[in-house]
Amino acid sequence: MSAHSPEALVQEERRYFQIFIWLGILTVLEIGITYLDMSKMVIGAGLVMLAGSKAALVALYYMHLAQERPTLTWIALTPAVLCVFLIMMLLPDLGGITRLIAEAVGAAPASH
Amino acid sequence: MTTATATDHHGIEPAESPLTPESWGKLGMWNFLAADAMTFGALLAGYGALRYGDPNWPVPSSILGIPLTAAMTFLLICSSMTMVESLTGIRQGNQAKCLRFLLLTILGGALFLGLQAYEWTHLLHAGQSVGRDNFGATFFVLTGFHGMHVFSGVVYLSVIAIRAALGKYSADNNNEVEIVGLYWHFVDLVWILVFTFVYLV
Repeated sequence: MSAHSPEALVQEERRYFQIFIWLGILTVLEIGITYLDMSKMVIGAGLVMLAGSKAALVALYYMHLAQERPTLTWIALTPAVLCVFLIMMLLPDLGGITRLIAEAVGAAPASH
Repeated sequence: MTTATATDHHGIEPAESPLTPESWGKLGMWNFLAADAMTFGALLAGYGALRYGDPNWPVPSSILGIPLTAAMTFLLICSSMTMVESLTGIRQGNQAKCLRFLLLTILGGALFLGLQAYEWTHLLHAGQSVGRDNFGATFFVLTGFHGMHVFSGVVYLSVIAIRAALGKYSADNNNEVEIVGLYWHFVDLVWILVFTFVYLV
């Protein structure tokens, strides 16, 4: 069965619809999680994981990265890696790490 | 015969790239998207750094309308679905299906822009502005930059839809539909991140 044979296209169309349903479910979960009575740190981590899952689904299936050569995936991942590096370089300047740790252990945020 | 003419005649671009077996155009779009993602990444990182460095940052849900934005998010997800349906349609050789779903994708983008204009108007009337504080500056720059991409996407999709209506695409020649799809899904992907970090976190 070739990549664009009629059977493969029907199968692909079914997968697109499954991804659509998953994206809807994850969006509802994202909104739902903000109403939970939990620490901001846990809710934030949950939201980042859900957003990451949604972004990965779009990139892998709607943008067809799952079927492309790995080099294209490396091109797509480069900005994400650079962005994480940028965040790590920015945080100390603004006292962000101190603030995050203080929030995690339940202490008052550091004054600026 | 020029490369462009060859592409029109043979459907698939004559590329022997080590990155992608089918299309230089697709590779070019991926490179553009990677560069664009770095811009969005820098804006989001700047937003995060300013937010965590500011103890007086407002709770986003107290200012922004989450239900409206959730609807906008769902609209973009739906438009991504119609975009892949359009590509599937033309790969099946069904030009009418391709055009129909392209038009629905354009409609989704236009509705998104309309809702964003409504949201901005509401916020500006409530006293928010780009020059008021760090929250206003980062919010309007981030959502404005994304909105500009949606607008560009609607224009880009419209051009492709006109070409589809003229019968330029077929089961063997649909590279341009796939490439515009890459751009549109990227716009959706970025909004997923903006929605989470700016509106929900």
